[in-house]
Amino acid sequence: MSMIPDITGGAGDTAAELAVEAGEPVPVGRKIIQGRSPFQLAWERLRTDKAAIVSMAVIAAIVIMALMAPLIAAWIGHGPNQQFIDIGENANGGPVAPNGTFWLGTDSSGRDLFVRIVYGARVSLSVGVLATLISIALGVVFGLAAGYLGGIVDVVIARVIDIMLAIPFLVLAISIATILHPSFWLVIFVVGILSFTYPARIVRGQVISLKEKEYIQAARALGAGPFRIMFIDLLPNVIAQVIVYGSLLIPASIVLEATLSFLGVGIPPPTADWGQMISDASGYYQYGYWWYLLFPSLALLITTLAFNILGDSVRDALDPRGGGLYV
Amino acid sequence: MIRYLTFRIGQAILVMWAATVVVFLLFFVGPGPDNVARTFAGRLATPARLAQIKHDLNLDQPLIEQYWHWLSNLLQGNLGYDYYKGESVNSVVVAALPATVSLVIGAAVIWIGYGVLSGVLSAVRPRTFLDRGFTTGALFFYSMPTFVLGLGLIWIFAYKLSPVTQFFPFHGFVAITANPGQWFEYLILPWLTVALVTAAGYTRLTRTSMLDVMNEDYIRTARSKGMSEGRVIRVHGLRAALTPVVTLAGLDIGTALGGVIITETLFGIPGLGFTIVQAIQSQDLPVILGIAVLAAAFVVFMNLVVDILYAVLDPRVRLY
Repeated sequence: MSMIPDITGGAGDTAAELAVEAGEPVPVGRKIIQGRSPFQLAWERLRTDKAAIVSMAVIAAIVIMALMAPLIAAWIGHGPNQQFIDIGENANGGPVAPNGTFWLGTDSSGRDLFVRIVYGARVSLSVGVLATLISIALGVVFGLAAGYLGGIVDVVIARVIDIMLAIPFLVLAISIATILHPSFWLVIFVVGILSFTYPARIVRGQVISLKEKEYIQAARALGAGPFRIMFIDLLPNVIAQVIVYGSLLIPASIVLEATLSFLGVGIPPPTADWGQMISDASGYYQYGYWWYLLFPSLALLITTLAFNILGDSVRDALDPRGGGLYV
Repeated sequence: MIRYLTFRIGQAILVMWAATVVVFLLFFVGPGPDNVARTFAGRLATPARLAQIKHDLNLDQPLIEQYWHWLSNLLQGNLGYDYYKGESVNSVVVAALPATVSLVIGAAVIWIGYGVLSGVLSAVRPRTFLDRGFTTGALFFYSMPTFVLGLGLIWIFAYKLSPVTQFFPFHGFVAITANPGQWFEYLILPWLTVALVTAAGYTRLTRTSMLDVMNEDYIRTARSKGMSEGRVIRVHGLRAALTPVVTLAGLDIGTALGGVIITETLFGIPGLGFTIVQAIQSQDLPVILGIAVLAAAFVVFMNLVVDILYAVLDPRVRLY
């Protein structure tokens, strides 16, 4: 979090701190008043938000699960792509219900569903986070350029965004993935590049109002170039909005990735992927193999729900005026 | 107003033209120089067919000629030829359109109705049990991938409750002209799937917008002159709060008309989205290309309609 600016600067203005600096003893029982940056204040608010704490815990658990996937697989003794044709399939060759060996049952190829769900978390999380980083980076650069430079740059970027919004997201993603053959990195780039339009618009709008402020005029008067003004002076002041949007973009990217995989143009098999698993299960669950559909769906739903709740809480914390869900 | 209209229509044409350039680059340049005919042919590419495609699409000409040839066909309303199915893309699209339109219009009625109603109720009774119920529900469905919701609805209503309800057929589509009753029955679950996922955004937008509006001075004026609260909400609050909702609805309907891909696939509704997924499986690119262009046209058109509506409703918009 090194990019977070400490807007208050040194906290040495308060009487207590001055006293400490001067070597005078602080009276016992007297509270030291400290200056706090907006981000510290936001963190305080976030810490007292029960929904935020629960969702953070859930996300942490999913992240740990994803990181430890190989360990979990080794501990259980089932590989993610290992087929258990003798014990992992029933007499008809269908999936086996949850039992002591296969905690969440098996899939239609006799693979351990639990291990595959654990491995699926790796794909979902890495696509969600990396795609969001790409779209945020693009959105910040284009938004800053359009908002600060204005003129022809603004017109061109605004039209590019219009065009990207004109072709429906999923249709465009499907077209790209079909023509260029799906792969892990292609999915990340497609999801990331197609989502940059909203952060770009938000940053642009903020910058247009901020660039008339006195401190920007002062920077210009001191001879600062456009790059310095955009990235050193303007960026820290739009970063709160970007964080809020980014935290809501992660679950959206996870859903989009799962949707592409569900349609067969996402992560290619046999990589364990939640969307792919749900797609496979959709041909089986009607015949009594409920676990095959239920558990991957729950994994996906819990993940997106946790990120969305956290995103809402982050917005409330950074912008306490309201507009959030739990006002 | 005329000036604004001309400007706005010109802009729409420009965006549509640029969208055709993007789509062209994607489909005619993306596959690489020698693979274009191959990708258009689908899985059954005989040398004779490849030669025919090269001839049909002017693939031996420079790119700019190819683009011009393709664009002039588009302008004459010709979306191309589907070599896999052996018919024009136009007839594929025309066959698919009624199902998509039925699905989108019905779902839009539900999602706008429910979204606005729940948003208004939440906003006029903030922090109550009702508000929390609606907002939590919105968050839940907002987080839910469409295919999870759709499969869940099929599972519950079509399989688990099948002894109780003989009411939910869940796979296929009956044209409204053939049998209105069955048309309705077949579309209930698909409508709900699309509507519940989409309505979440409307609940939240209406709630936020309504909360803002209800704090305006003119609302206080309306109250202080003795107007009943219900009338204040309906006449003064709702009218102002609904403008962003109208914009969002226009965009969402435009996007959805390009194909409600997941829902149509889940419920076997032979609309544009279902067609595009089938086209992916058979590597049938002309159809994907045609639907992509058509989808862009829907979005640009709905955008235009919304902006013009705005200009009619709010004179300030016309000022530039």
